[in-house]
Amino acid sequence: MNKSVYVDNNATTAVAPEVTESMLPFFNEHWGNPSSMHAFGGNIKKHVDEAREKVAALIGAEHPSEIIFTSCGSESDNMAVRGTVDAMGGHPHIITTRVEHAAILGPCHHLEDRGYRLTTLEVDAMGNLDMDRVCAASSSGKKTVASVMWANNETGVIFPISEIAGLIKEGGGVFHTDAVQIAGKMPINVKSLPVDLLSISGHKLHAPKGIGALYIRRGTKITPHIMGGHQERGRRAGTENVPYIVGLGRACELAMERMAADAEHERRLRDRLETGILASCKGARVNGDVLNRLPNTTNISFEYVEGEAILLMLDDVGICASTGSACASGSLEPSHVLRAMDVPRSMVHGSIRFSFCRYNTEEDVDYVLEKLPPIIKRLRELSPFAQDG
Amino acid sequence: MWEYTDKVTDHFKNPRNVGAVENPDGEGTVGSLACGDALRLTFKLDADKKICEARFQTFGCASAIASSSALTEMLIGKTIEEAETITNNDIIAYLGALPKQKVHCSVMGREALEAAIYNYRTGKTLDKKIDGEVICHCFGATDKEIEKLAREQNLTTAEDITNACKAGGGCGQCIPEIEDIINRVIGEQKKAEERPKLTQLQKIRLIEETIDRQVRPILRRDNGDLELHDVDGDRVYVKFVGACVSCPVSSVTLKDVVETQLREAVSDDIVVEAI
Repeated sequence: MNKSVYVDNNATTAVAPEVTESMLPFFNEHWGNPSSMHAFGGNIKKHVDEAREKVAALIGAEHPSEIIFTSCGSESDNMAVRGTVDAMGGHPHIITTRVEHAAILGPCHHLEDRGYRLTTLEVDAMGNLDMDRVCAASSSGKKTVASVMWANNETGVIFPISEIAGLIKEGGGVFHTDAVQIAGKMPINVKSLPVDLLSISGHKLHAPKGIGALYIRRGTKITPHIMGGHQERGRRAGTENVPYIVGLGRACELAMERMAADAEHERRLRDRLETGILASCKGARVNGDVLNRLPNTTNISFEYVEGEAILLMLDDVGICASTGSACASGSLEPSHVLRAMDVPRSMVHGSIRFSFCRYNTEEDVDYVLEKLPPIIKRLRELSPFAQDG
Repeated sequence: MWEYTDKVTDHFKNPRNVGAVENPDGEGTVGSLACGDALRLTFKLDADKKICEARFQTFGCASAIASSSALTEMLIGKTIEEAETITNNDIIAYLGALPKQKVHCSVMGREALEAAIYNYRTGKTLDKKIDGEVICHCFGATDKEIEKLAREQNLTTAEDITNACKAGGGCGQCIPEIEDIINRVIGEQKKAEERPKLTQLQKIRLIEETIDRQVRPILRRDNGDLELHDVDGDRVYVKFVGACVSCPVSSVTLKDVVETQLREAVSDDIVVEAI
């Protein structure tokens, strides 16, 4: 394999060199415990605090203490849902959507199995929510915990979080948003947003895997899920993962500095790839609302071909992407997001997601545009359904 | 990421015998767009009644394409009778191995082969839905199909069934029904193992009893009946009487009712013939 093009940045991103550099001193030099009384450990605390300030700055949190560090986005999501439901008591009504990440759907269904009422909001063919349904669900008269993702990981479709959060808050509920895909890509300002909790994940924004954060607005009641320590103001026990916390802080700082330029760069590459594919491959269509999505993501279905086969052929020429196909996931059903959008049967198994980052280049796009159309043509020739390539 | 063998990867990247045979002697299509995989198999026989050309068209993942390609290679040069003995496990063996979640790809190959041979023999299209009741609505799998897989491949869990034919892998609502089918098959197999060895006299008595209790009531519903004529080893000779004599489907009744009941009650080796 002589060339490698990585266009799967919604799955994970490369650690930025600046981030790696910021972390290194905290392995072999400054390896103390920030909770220690002695200066060797205690001095580390200020680095953790600085990182907390940087994360807070990225999302516009008023107080750095509203940020707690977790091990990943999934932990943040789990803690937000289960912790607020538990703290509220009295079996609140839980509201979410059909297209959430499994880290939200998992705990929601777990609570449903334990007798909680769960409303799962539908999306339309473009992947958008019907605001009347949100309104109806939020005015059920019961205490509510709602969790709605900001941007979808598969299609990039963005939900109107300010409006949704507003409706939930009007009804007196608690509102969480999974902002894992949008953090670092588009501006977030929780000061002017009525959200109570917000999840982010380090490895989606060029920090390493194994670090995430949860924003918890002051005054929000939440039960910790890891108990037995004073760390994170008692909301998540366990000695701080100092090098990774420092890395996440640096990644957030970089994202803030570069956000506008990166987004513009990614949008340009994404649009060029999308236009090129639609022009060169018959029976291709973009899934999701193209006017309302992340700048770095495109999800394209190829009629009459199966996603895993496309992906493996791309892999063979060094192109890394993702598919919503059933066969690739080990489950037998294609992507729950595309099914929720009622993507036609001829299209739902053949979806490929390309997601860009600041490190992608024009050459990457050219290379995909050179390699992909013959692969689609070849697989179509194999297919009993397709008439021609 | 799946762990595919080199042979699977080779057949996926360089599939053999792609396309459709012109004026095929047999043609079988299984699967659908909705299910996420489908296979159309066509073949042609030469003057010696051997398969001289076999081609496939597959919509599906790498292992579906590789299984189809392997199947066509295995078919070429075989007579229909030889081809008929190819099982999905033979396809897996040919490819070295398949991940267990991908076993259904080889089963799809076997089913397409069955459909193509049926088409060759009858000129008709095999519709598996006629044979049995759909249990898994997500993937259109019938009770007969599930039972057959459980029996032939000794599958003992719903997960095994899902891996083999996808049934139960969608919404999961049919899993209790799949488990019922598996338990029934396991129960029958146990019963068969536990059957005591019968003397010829005991066997004849049991055959008589079974005919009286389980066969006659069925035939009598349609004003038919039968008489036990003779028993020679495991061969049972019967004579149809009443409405059965002139019934156009009495040969079906003989196998599906009389023989099935006797095999279940007496021995799997029973063969019933009408005189």
